[in-house]
Amino acid sequence: MSLKNRAVMVVGAGIAGIQAALDLAEMGVKVHLIEETASIGGRMPQLDKTFPTNDCSMCILSPKMSECARHENITIHIKSNVLSVKGKPGDFTATIVEKAKYVDPVKCVACGLCEDKCPVKVDDEFDMGLRKRGAISRYFLQSLPSEYTIDKEKCLYLTRGVCRLCEKVCPANAINFQDIDKEIELSVGAVILATGIDAFDPIGFGQFGYRSYKNVVTSLELERILSASGPMGGHVVRASDHKEPKNIAFIQCVGSRDESINHNYCSSACCMFAIKEAIIAKEHMKELDVAIFYMDIRAFGKDFDKYYEKSKNQYGVKFIKSKVSEITELEDGTLKLRYVLENGEIKFKNFEMVVLSIGLEPRKNMRELAGKLDIQLNEYGFCKSNTFSPLTTSREGIFVCGAMNGPKDIPESVMSASGAVAETTKYLRLERQEIKEKKIKEIDVVGNRPRIGTFVCHCGINIAGVVDVKKVAKEAKDLKNVEHSEDLIYACSQDCLETIKKRIKEHNLNRIVIAACTPRTHEPLFRETIAEAGLNPYLFEMANIRDQCSWAHMNEPEKATEKSTDLLNMGVAKARGLQPLERLPISINPKALVVGGGLAGMNTSLTLADAGHEVYLIEKDEKLGGNLNNIFYSFDKDPQVLLEDLKEKVSNHKLIKLHKNTKIEKIDGYVGNYTTTFSHNNEKQNVEHGVVIVCTGAKEHVTEEYLYGKSDRIVTQVEFERMLKYNQLPSPKPKNVVMIQCVGSREEGRMFCSRVCCTKAVKNALIMKEKYPRINTYIAYRDIRTYGFREKYYTELRDKGVMFVKYDIEKKPDVKLVDEFDPDSKALVTVFDPIMDKEIEIQADLIVLATAIDPLPENDTLAKMLKIPLNEDGMFLEAHAKLRPVDFATDGIFLAGLAHNPKDIDESLAQSKAAASRALTFLNKKAILAEGTIAEIDESKCTGCRYCEQVCSYSAIEVDDEKGIAVINNALCKGCGSCVATCRCGALDLRGFSNLQLFDAFDAITMTDILGE
Amino acid sequence: MEKEFSPKILSFLCKWCSYTGADLAGINRLQYPTSILPIKVMCSSRVDPVFLIKGYFRGADGILVGG
Repeated sequence: MSLKNRAVMVVGAGIAGIQAALDLAEMGVKVHLIEETASIGGRMPQLDKTFPTNDCSMCILSPKMSECARHENITIHIKSNVLSVKGKPGDFTATIVEKAKYVDPVKCVACGLCEDKCPVKVDDEFDMGLRKRGAISRYFLQSLPSEYTIDKEKCLYLTRGVCRLCEKVCPANAINFQDIDKEIELSVGAVILATGIDAFDPIGFGQFGYRSYKNVVTSLELERILSASGPMGGHVVRASDHKEPKNIAFIQCVGSRDESINHNYCSSACCMFAIKEAIIAKEHMKELDVAIFYMDIRAFGKDFDKYYEKSKNQYGVKFIKSKVSEITELEDGTLKLRYVLENGEIKFKNFEMVVLSIGLEPRKNMRELAGKLDIQLNEYGFCKSNTFSPLTTSREGIFVCGAMNGPKDIPESVMSASGAVAETTKYLRLERQEIKEKKIKEIDVVGNRPRIGTFVCHCGINIAGVVDVKKVAKEAKDLKNVEHSEDLIYACSQDCLETIKKRIKEHNLNRIVIAACTPRTHEPLFRETIAEAGLNPYLFEMANIRDQCSWAHMNEPEKATEKSTDLLNMGVAKARGLQPLERLPISINPKALVVGGGLAGMNTSLTLADAGHEVYLIEKDEKLGGNLNNIFYSFDKDPQVLLEDLKEKVSNHKLIKLHKNTKIEKIDGYVGNYTTTFSHNNEKQNVEHGVVIVCTGAKEHVTEEYLYGKSDRIVTQVEFERMLKYNQLPSPKPKNVVMIQCVGSREEGRMFCSRVCCTKAVKNALIMKEKYPRINTYIAYRDIRTYGFREKYYTELRDKGVMFVKYDIEKKPDVKLVDEFDPDSKALVTVFDPIMDKEIEIQADLIVLATAIDPLPENDTLAKMLKIPLNEDGMFLEAHAKLRPVDFATDGIFLAGLAHNPKDIDESLAQSKAAASRALTFLNKKAILAEGTIAEIDESKCTGCRYCEQVCSYSAIEVDDEKGIAVINNALCKGCGSCVATCRCGALDLRGFSNLQLFDAFDAITMTDILGE
Repeated sequence: MEKEFSPKILSFLCKWCSYTGADLAGINRLQYPTSILPIKVMCSSRVDPVFLIKGYFRGADGILVGG
């Protein structure tokens, strides 16, 4: 197949779609990002915080959103839908329809006057109907693209031919009622689907009174209530009387794990979602009582159990294992819960507010979309994919990521998105990208006296409505070194940008300060503009007089004007010290080093090699496959077939240099330029490569609990699976088999869930039932965590009569050997059964222990070599728990498989594809540009004290032992400046943010209200 | 006439988080006194203790480091 296309269509711009688009764009692929709503972002912007770090959701997402909106390789199509995809993989023609927006995106400055004047008020979907919006609106405050659009169904003019108020008030002349829907044809090599999920609507569950009882809300509505930018301003109040509730109940699994509505799956995220909301609500109101009514708490992700424990111990959240059967509303709006405990006891309790933890379900339009794209859906209506190909749909060349093919939390969505990108590469023509030459020659300003130009933006009336813009611009003329100052109506409009360029030439300006909105959104545009006029882009400074002044002081025009002057003065003072900065190129070696030859390592290596990159695959053992060698059953195909297939491909791929029985001795270098020494039979070899992927895996915990090792009849799940496979069950055939879960997991010293053991126990119990239907199986568990579609097998197993006995960590099952001196002794298991409300005794012919997954002790050595962190459990710690699950903070090093956290086969496959994809964003470039704003060192002052080395998160500064002074690695420095603040000798400084510049900025503050009387 | 005391607060805001937060306050039109003056830094760890001393010398009543 001759590949020529270098474009991909990504459908859906939630976090998965955004991640996929960014990865592709960084590989040099053109992306068409199709989004149904009026903004990219998806579900994440609706969330207040994210677990388990309590990061503000919008704050962590917005950098990715703006990068996506700005990237030259990404074209965003908002209010758009896919009509069809025709052709074959590598050469598809996709037809999309872009709905009329009725607002010219180029002219709109997002001032919001139109929405203020719009007479129509409709429920705001983003705020779950808790707030009203106009017929002209933007999807949410931080929408990107930021322009307003008109809702055709709701607009008075478009429905009834009257009004046109928005047109009259728009200062930018942006309203265009002539706008029409447009059909667009796109030529793409592959398609990635990321259309996400819908939240379950509990309206059909009459027993919970949703919508009829005012104080019953969904978890998503509570998220908006908790959000500081939400309809309640972050105050938790009940709808009936706007009073703070004294207690709140969460009801779990509303719309999940429910066969009656064909939702025989677990929505995977709601347990943690509820725990998070409980914690945040408690942080808002210390006295609040929170109870969570649940079936099983499924805190199976990385660091989730620590969060769960914290919610109980530190925040006092109560967990009640029960089924809520009914809610009734009392006269004062209080809600009376009727619930049934495990032992059948019926109880009642009153709550002032009830939150329904709603599950996730396929999007409403899934069937229609599947028809248009000719892809299959699974039994629940999610996009169909398989355990061994978790990112492919039934149609070649079309891939799936995010929650569209099954409920997922954010990091899994991000991983699957990057993974899907790796899948598309084989249908695209990829070339290693060069650094683009600068189009315009730069004017040399070094040594010249600063000649500063200042421009003050009106932003229509957004700034000028409060701040006396003309006065601010006029006063700036008197500042030292200011050669020119003027005010502009919209500094970012095309004609004003031309004016700025013209003034640079006319007045020979060599530093530019613009007082306008925020550098967050507009700095890149202005920097580009001055570069077009021949100035180094770093000779630019911005004063934020809109978001942080006119909008925040709307009723104090005089003081706001004074403050604007001060902000501009500070900008000018800082600009005087600006120097042109160079972004130095760092060459990238196209080869990769993969550490570990298990499932993740082999899959990463193959993906990279298939994309044309040479890979050194290092395995410490004699044989490939790692833990996969011990897995014989899955709910999909035979794992051993997968293993053999991967082994064969890896061993025969001409770009993979396989080194078995090999130990890594040393890794030196930085992104793009690593040198690694490894040894095999004491023979050392050096190789050079551009990136490192850590796939070292993990191991089974060796337990001493439950008399393991004292009898051949006490085995681990791994050993049991092998016995099942090779028919080695003790003879005569056992009558009773007891499985004990969480052996070593979720307790002091190992406070994490090993994630796979519940599913493994269910799987092996099912296989045993099939092979030997007469064996009685008992499973002693703490919580059954068969998340996602694994739930179905748990239900099936229960239907087959397997006994599940929940035990408490305080009352673990007791195991006694029948004959201590017999190495093949049977055992007696005693466990408290909460359903029967008494202790039961089981004569066990075989005990199967679900032992924990332990991190490798040698992780520490590799972590030190690569200068990357481990978490407190000894697992590798990624750059960000939610949004950078396969990256490290240090560029050029990636992570996949069990080395990150315990995970299942499909998850390891997706994550290893993701690691390959993230690596390709570097490997597909011949060179990258280092940051311009980086630290610099005055060698004559440095004493080599190493304080800087200790504080740097990016391993970008190190003391050279020979010279005894610190050396900065320009390639790794992110310009945070922590080393500068730490430096005791004043040897370090930050380019573009120097100590002197900041001092000068302080000195420029004149405002009497701020400093001095 | 005695003016009501309004503390003068210099705030160092990390470009990645609290600076964005201050923008968001504006986007939400949350009103606060003009005597709070923002200074953008690349990271809250950039804030040298000397900046704080310098700020107090210049007459600030309080200094906020947001990160």
